[in-house]
Amino acid sequence: MSIPSVIFYMISAMILICGYLSVTTRKIFRAAIYLLFCLIGIAALFFFLENDFIAAVQIVVYVGGIVVLIIFSIFLTHKSGEEMPMASLKKEVAALAAVVSGFILVFYLIHTNTFIMDSNEKVAPTVNNIGTQMLSTDKFGYVLPFEVVSMLLLAAMIGAIVIAIKVKPKQ
Amino acid sequence: MNQIPLEHILFVSTALFFIGVYGFFTRKNMIMMLMSVELILNSVNINFITFNKYLFPDKLNGVFFSIFIIVIAAAEAAVAIAIIINLYRSHNSIDVDDTNEMKY
Amino acid sequence: MLEGKVISLIILLPLISFLILGFFGRRYFKTFSGIVGTTSIFASTLLSLITAYQYFFVVGQVNGVYQKIIALKYTWLQFTPNISIDLGIILDPISVMMIVVVTFISLMVHVYSLGYMKGEDRFSVYYSFLSLFTFSMLGLVLACNIFQIYIFWELVGVSSFLLIGFYYDKPSAVAASKKAFIVTRFADLGFLIGILILSFNAETLDFETLIQRLTSPESTYLKGIVASSFLGFSALSWGLVLVFMGGAGKSAMFPLHIWLPDAMEGPTPVSALIHAATMVVAGVYLVARLFPIYALSCPGALHVVAYVGIFSSLFAAIIACTQTDIKRVLAYSTMSQIGFMMFALGVSSYGGENGLGYMASMFHLFTHAMFKALLFLGAGAVIHYVHSNDMKDMGGLRKFMPITHLTFLIACLAIAGIPPFAGFFSKEEILSAAFQSNPVIFYLAIATAGITAFYMFRLYFSIFWNKEAHLHGEHHGEGSTTMMLPLIILGVCSIVAGFVPFGKFVSSDGAELHTEMHLTFSIAPVLIALGGIFLAMSFYKNANEKANNISVVLKGIYTSAYHKFYFDEIYLFITKKLIFNLIGRPAAWFDRNIVDGFINLLATLTQEISDTIKGMQSGRVQNYAIYFFFGIIGFVILFIFLLK
Repeated sequence: MSIPSVIFYMISAMILICGYLSVTTRKIFRAAIYLLFCLIGIAALFFFLENDFIAAVQIVVYVGGIVVLIIFSIFLTHKSGEEMPMASLKKEVAALAAVVSGFILVFYLIHTNTFIMDSNEKVAPTVNNIGTQMLSTDKFGYVLPFEVVSMLLLAAMIGAIVIAIKVKPKQ
Repeated sequence: MNQIPLEHILFVSTALFFIGVYGFFTRKNMIMMLMSVELILNSVNINFITFNKYLFPDKLNGVFFSIFIIVIAAAEAAVAIAIIINLYRSHNSIDVDDTNEMKY
Repeated sequence: MLEGKVISLIILLPLISFLILGFFGRRYFKTFSGIVGTTSIFASTLLSLITAYQYFFVVGQVNGVYQKIIALKYTWLQFTPNISIDLGIILDPISVMMIVVVTFISLMVHVYSLGYMKGEDRFSVYYSFLSLFTFSMLGLVLACNIFQIYIFWELVGVSSFLLIGFYYDKPSAVAASKKAFIVTRFADLGFLIGILILSFNAETLDFETLIQRLTSPESTYLKGIVASSFLGFSALSWGLVLVFMGGAGKSAMFPLHIWLPDAMEGPTPVSALIHAATMVVAGVYLVARLFPIYALSCPGALHVVAYVGIFSSLFAAIIACTQTDIKRVLAYSTMSQIGFMMFALGVSSYGGENGLGYMASMFHLFTHAMFKALLFLGAGAVIHYVHSNDMKDMGGLRKFMPITHLTFLIACLAIAGIPPFAGFFSKEEILSAAFQSNPVIFYLAIATAGITAFYMFRLYFSIFWNKEAHLHGEHHGEGSTTMMLPLIILGVCSIVAGFVPFGKFVSSDGAELHTEMHLTFSIAPVLIALGGIFLAMSFYKNANEKANNISVVLKGIYTSAYHKFYFDEIYLFITKKLIFNLIGRPAAWFDRNIVDGFINLLATLTQEISDTIKGMQSGRVQNYAIYFFFGIIGFVILFIFLLK
């Protein structure tokens, strides 16, 4: 087993274990921390797959933004040391059945499907390439989705403020 | 580098996806559900990056999609947390089972 | 100058008055309702008199033959290129004669009601109903096609229903109105089927075309309708007999007569208008309208008409002898007289001298309307005075009600057929028509005429002579001028109506029919009538026991006649016992258990299912997510593996 593959399996194990712990632990703050590690693992996986930019974005947005946001909201809505209730057995069983059957189905599909590897000339996912194509208006340019998504972000921002804003009690 | 088989990476992403689904089904806390959704989105991201790298190395479409997904995930998280905080203010609880007024 | 628009005014004026009184009467007119209704009908009467004058003396006659004039025609519903329902106005001798009779009698009744119904709570409603009736009756007689006649026929039935049930707080009136409606409606079912048979085969609804297509021997329509048969009779016979069934229902012919006596629950002027003079002769009018078809193409159906007519006539006359309610006596006498008209039509044939019966029937219709309306209005005055319908409460009234007495006597003489009163002429012609064609009917008819004289004078003597009056309480006058005026006018008409040279105007084929009085022929009927009168006189002029003795001797017949030969009971037995128990009950059971049961089963099933699955709608988002997820798995399996 070569070193890269060992690294890969370690990263994978970290992702899966942290993800699993994140959804099963009964302490919500721990769950957030596990989620943080899971996301870091995913960023590492992106590094491993030579997508430095995406990995960086992953860390900046997820680790630096979303998880922090989640932790803040946990602070706002929970008392510390509180344990979350377990799900009922019935629901547990139903969820497990759904998840396991779904997993088997999907993995069976992946397994039976043959992926045709393309050996064309490679385009490196560098910031330069990504930025050029993202803002180009040429054939494969992504400027329209870019603009649309920026509108979405703006809308989400305003929406989040409007929803969460504290309504002054009427005099 | 390419000796990692595609299927192994897909296994990781699929497993992560269903871990997220499981969490979404079983956890009653809304923040936990939001976290589960993040896991799901991330597993999708892994898939996009992987396919882009293995199957279409001459294009950058997978990268763009994962960027957009990250953006949307961020927006979604912001709105969701705003809703959750608002809900906590009015119901003093963020348990999904407590918020079933819309049933009727 | 028979302008269609002017003639349609005759019909429309009562309609307008109905609408005005119906919508605004109670609030705005109250006491003026009578004036409004009477004014409109007065205008209508004038117009119809002018129309009659124009028709009979100015434009109606071409080469000595009265034409059928379609004064107005408007296509209303086009079914196929050939068949359409039109609304129109036909003018021929009988329709013109009828509009005069209807408007005239209606006017008399309107005027009379001003006094009779005075102070009535629903005065304006009463007048609106009267107007509605007049409108429908005029529409009926002027109808130019058979479907239009049917429409107005039903309208007439409705207004009759409304007027019989006018005192709707009286249970007997409600029952009577229902009975009248149901019985005539049942008969109308036959009428409708008859219409359908005739119009289906002749491919027209229009009277003129219908008659022309079903009478000319070389017509293919006639051959077709005669060729198609059902149960051994041709479609033509069935159609005509069924149409006659409708007529028999309206005209209270046996065995559909049972509603007429009960219809007397209505206000007396209504009985005079509807159940004596106009509506009940609609059946006769209908047969007369289609007379060429009956006479030329299907004499069998005409025989049915004749026998039903004579039987009803005799039957009703016998019952009339035993009744003590004066209005019921009059009701049965009406039925009897209509029987006369019916069999007169039945023994007649088309054209020329042989059409005497037709003309006699119409003549009798005309005169009968006068004296029967007079009888009813007189009876109304008596009832108004005595506050009772029963003969036993009356007697010796001649001193208190001189005008009523005199006019009533005139009417009785007229109906008994004593010259020179109106009834004599028409009845003589009916009898001679019967004599010429069918001796059996003739002898029965002459017997009936005798019985008629007897029971009419029994009525007369019982009311005005017999025992001395023991009048209770106050002695108000005989009645207001508005009540006496119609009596006098009708009394005069009952004397002079017979002198109208009727054959000159109305005959089966439109040509002039010369009638002459055979004095020798007239002797027998007049003698028999006089015999009846003297018999009645000896029994009832003074209070005595003779009548009771006779009734004891003829106990069986008397009781059964008194109970109207138990016809009501038979009908009740058939409807209540047989139909209700044998058909109604099982049908109800079927409906309740099978039909309802099936629906209930569906409902229960739905409820059960929803009870079981309502847990799925828990409002718990995560459960929904799980269902959703399983659904997706199901779809993946379906589309990827199964539908590959």
